[in-house]
Amino acid sequence: MNRFVWIALFILGLLVPLVVYPVFMMKLLCFALFAFAFDLLLGYTGLLSFGHAAFFGSASYVTGHLVKNSGLTPELGVLAGTLFAGVLGYVVGSLAIRRQGIYFAMVTLALAQIVYFVALKAPFTGGEDGLQGIPRGVLFGLIDLNRVYSVGGHPLALNLYYFVFAVFCLGFWIIHRTIHSPFGQVLKAIRENEPRAISLGYKVDRFKLMAFVISAAMAGMAGATKSLVFQLASLTDVSWHTSGEVVLMTLLGGVGTVFGPLVGAFTVVTLQSELSSVGSWITVIIGSIFMVCVLVFRRGMVGELARLLKRPL
Amino acid sequence: MADFILETKKLSKEFKGFSAVNDLNLQVERGHIHALIGPNGAGKTTIFNLLTKFLTPTTGTILFNGIDVTREKPADIALRGVIRSFQISAVFPNLTPLENVRLALQRPTGTSYQFWKSDRCLRKLDDRAMELLASVGLEAHSHEVTGELAYGRKRALEIATTLALEPELMLLDEPTQGMGAEDVEKITALVKQASANRTILMVEHNLKVVASLADRITVLQRGAILAEGIYAEVSKDPRVLEAYMGRAHE
Repeated sequence: MNRFVWIALFILGLLVPLVVYPVFMMKLLCFALFAFAFDLLLGYTGLLSFGHAAFFGSASYVTGHLVKNSGLTPELGVLAGTLFAGVLGYVVGSLAIRRQGIYFAMVTLALAQIVYFVALKAPFTGGEDGLQGIPRGVLFGLIDLNRVYSVGGHPLALNLYYFVFAVFCLGFWIIHRTIHSPFGQVLKAIRENEPRAISLGYKVDRFKLMAFVISAAMAGMAGATKSLVFQLASLTDVSWHTSGEVVLMTLLGGVGTVFGPLVGAFTVVTLQSELSSVGSWITVIIGSIFMVCVLVFRRGMVGELARLLKRPL
Repeated sequence: MADFILETKKLSKEFKGFSAVNDLNLQVERGHIHALIGPNGAGKTTIFNLLTKFLTPTTGTILFNGIDVTREKPADIALRGVIRSFQISAVFPNLTPLENVRLALQRPTGTSYQFWKSDRCLRKLDDRAMELLASVGLEAHSHEVTGELAYGRKRALEIATTLALEPELMLLDEPTQGMGAEDVEKITALVKQASANRTILMVEHNLKVVASLADRITVLQRGAILAEGIYAEVSKDPRVLEAYMGRAHE
């Protein structure tokens, strides 16, 4: 990918909150990171996890709890949430990778439902109410993330935005590096032809588990950051709807493409906020879009575009 | 006494009461090209899957270089230097031929778990990968999409990838299956070339290929050995003629 494209996108990311409502952008970045993490498994390892909300949501709770009740600074809170999701990913992954295909998806779904149940019943999660009023705190004890700047008469939470943007860039870089590493090369081999990868001497279960842990940790990083943005960790974050949503975003944008998850997340998040007035009809609308996508452009938006332009996007 | 690289002792595999392989005592001599032949359903591919641990034997033992490997996992047996091919071509279709071969070269380098490094560090393997591709006549196609290569070229790539690991024992499952006469000749020459300094055990239906390559032939029927020997002997054995080759071959 052209270096100028990256620089242009980075500058765009820096300037965009001056034009677009920052909270919307932050939500988008969190879900895009979530989708990138998910695509590391689906697009590059060939594993369909149907329980990724477990990592997104549990990290959201862990970060929220630690920041709110133990007074952790936001960067340590996000780190703790990320690590927790990674450990949970190790547990779930160890159990799930013993099975393949639809059974793998079912095991991840079942284990994610257990996490949902814990979030509903455990004493520190706030049950149906979730964790509310999570403080955004002071980054490194120096930068107040609540600080609002007035730009052209509009109050903008720029400190928080740039923190979220930095987390997003870090997460994206980790995932991108993983895909384009010697390790990522083996993941692609497993996706393409698992028996052949085994016969070349690769212990594929270890590779799958490692990919699962990295993916879970990055999904956790997204969820942890989201809890600071919305100052809320709720049951929605760990519900199977959220697991489905990330599948939807990734498929819509394009599995195994560089920008697909970002475009998919953008589409879904935009539709959700633009169509919030229609209430529960939104699921029907997004469902219809998904059907059109599966029937007409199976490679997803970016995937189809890349095919037309005959270059990877 | 002959030096056997691979031996099976009373190897059996049952699938729900059906015994696909029955008390098999197979011995493969080091340096040979050893062919397994037999009618459909004789258990040839099952034996391959047992030897490479993709299936677990019901009873019996497998010795590789005198070591009991019966309970090992598929990747372990590969690490010992036993590399197999598959009946349906085993390539990584969305990668380039160069990347296919490089994946084999990458494994012994110990970098495969390094997710924090750039894959640019794999470029130092490119020269060796190109050499291997050249040895099977694929150097001009090194950067195409593997899935779009002609069938014969995919099989050639598979051999190049297998050779990249310098296996002590190569298991080829029907390397010329589904090929035109011209490709069959190419692959036959490649197998001959690959057999230098190593042992090859192959399943093959094409008796012309078997006749020209194999040092020793084992004929299987219903999961057991029917006859064994050099081609000249085996091809005259009346039991073999009846069970497999038929009168038409005479």
